[in-house]
Amino acid sequence: MIRLQAIQRKFVVGDQTVYALNGVSLEVEHGEYLSIMGPSGSGKSTLLNIIGLLDHPTSGQYWLAGKDVTGLADEERAEIRREKIGFVFQLFHLVARLTAAGNVELPLTLAGLPRPEREERVRELLAAYGLTARARHLPGQLSGGERQRVAIARATVTRPEILLADEPTGNLDRSSGREIIELLESLNRQGLTLLLVTHDPQLGRRAARQVQMRDGRISGDGRGG
Amino acid sequence: MPFKDVIGLSWGALMAYRMRSLLTALGISVGIAAVVLLTSIGEGVHRFVLAEFTQFGTNLLGVHPGKTATFGVSGAIVSNVRPLSLADGEALARIDGVVAVVPVVQGNALVEAQSKGRRAFVFGVGSAVPTVWKIKVTTGKFLPAEDHGTARAFAVLGSKLRDELFGGANPLGQRIRVGGDRYRVIGVMERKGQFLGFDLDDAVYLPAGRTLELFNRESLMEIDLLYEPGASVDRLVADIKRVLVSRHGHEDFTIITQKQMLDVLGSILDVLTFAVAALGSISLLVGGVGVLTIMTIAVTERTSEIGLLRALGAERGQIAKLFLTEAVVLAGVGGLGGLAGGIALGRILRVLVPGLPLQTSWAYALAGELLAIAVGLAAGVLPARRAAKLDPLEALRAE
Repeated sequence: MIRLQAIQRKFVVGDQTVYALNGVSLEVEHGEYLSIMGPSGSGKSTLLNIIGLLDHPTSGQYWLAGKDVTGLADEERAEIRREKIGFVFQLFHLVARLTAAGNVELPLTLAGLPRPEREERVRELLAAYGLTARARHLPGQLSGGERQRVAIARATVTRPEILLADEPTGNLDRSSGREIIELLESLNRQGLTLLLVTHDPQLGRRAARQVQMRDGRISGDGRGG
Repeated sequence: MPFKDVIGLSWGALMAYRMRSLLTALGISVGIAAVVLLTSIGEGVHRFVLAEFTQFGTNLLGVHPGKTATFGVSGAIVSNVRPLSLADGEALARIDGVVAVVPVVQGNALVEAQSKGRRAFVFGVGSAVPTVWKIKVTTGKFLPAEDHGTARAFAVLGSKLRDELFGGANPLGQRIRVGGDRYRVIGVMERKGQFLGFDLDDAVYLPAGRTLELFNRESLMEIDLLYEPGASVDRLVADIKRVLVSRHGHEDFTIITQKQMLDVLGSILDVLTFAVAALGSISLLVGGVGVLTIMTIAVTERTSEIGLLRALGAERGQIAKLFLTEAVVLAGVGGLGGLAGGIALGRILRVLVPGLPLQTSWAYALAGELLAIAVGLAAGVLPARRAAKLDPLEALRAE
């Protein structure tokens, strides 16, 4: 599903070159549940951004579903993001002026789906995530856990193959965090490939496969859970 | 993404900042209202002036002494020009297709009746004035058709001059003195108003031959011809030239057709309307700068949202389209408000200043709305390009 080979990502800051990723190779199978752990600055978010086609590697190659996506044009990368990848962010990134339903509908609107189909899918998903009563609420009127559930609904409404979650429980209390991780895991059980970036070892250990990162390299790749 | 959804998203973004959007749209409204109001005045003046010039009918030709293209009151006679005579007028009347001819000489003289006196315009004319100039006689009759050399000393008064000299009394048969010569009043003209500064009502109409003597002139100032509605103007002009050249020896006169005059006037008035529209556009430009400012602020404020949209798979073109549409909707709505405001202001002005010629042209109103949309497009391009160029990752981190 995902194959990275010798990925390097460097940043030039002043006269210094910083390697956020330095020769990362990784293969992820379809339907896998993988956590990427490591201390702050180890390169785990950069790795997730490259997998999510939000960032470009400086060198190396990236195949997604058998296709080399390393040098794709911006519009082709956008199309893959729209169709195959869902993002869940630590800061939720909900549009404040749109209701919960409006936020979930957004990717479908961008994809050009007709309104009746959009509304049907949004209704189904909000019901599945226990958010029906909150459909007309603005993000500011929702709890942290509810906001993240809306964000997950938005990430999955296009029925992507991969879900990339960057510290999805980082802004939540323990109880809400557990709810969110259980929701993500249930999605993985339904066949979604789940990549979870976290600095919390307890959370990371829940994944079937755990990748450890340090100084832009993979320092450990093991199976557990 | 269907255009309806683009509009929906843009409208939602504008409604999220209602007051700000309203004030920005108001800037465009003021500009469009100014354009609509000023072009309404320009168009009103245009129609008013053309109506003034066509009030005497449209099948008219004027022959003026001197080879000059200047129109208006013909007075300047070049030295080698033969006078335009009463006999010339009679010769022109015989041309096929000419319905009637009015020789014209005019001036200003003291008109006295009983104990009252008043300086008034004096029109020395022929008997065909009511037909050619489309002015009716309300009391009595107009000057009779007589030989110009032996025309009797009859006078016809304009309505205002009659009021001033005779009040409510019947002036028919009364004696008046014009420039010292005695005349008998045989008619009073209908009220006609002003034309190019001449108060046609504050005037006395005398036989042309006597008026030439009164002002000690050799030449008529003008000969007006009324021609048959279907007649060919080009043929008439050629015939007039042939007749007058044979009488004068060379072309020492100018023929001005009503169409020429209206064409020249029309083009002058078009420039006037365009000039006032351009003046109004200055305020529209200021409104456009307002849209540019607000859209630039919007892109900065919503950088994180742009990042999110890019992460969700929005293409650069879609981002640009969203922000451009916002600018266009903002300006378009402002434009519609301006149209309504301009038309309403026009109606109020018409009530407050009844004499002000004001005519709202729908073509200009439509052009005004299109201009507002164009201003929105122009003002939205830079912010939209900026939004589209944002790196999605950098934009996401902006929160």
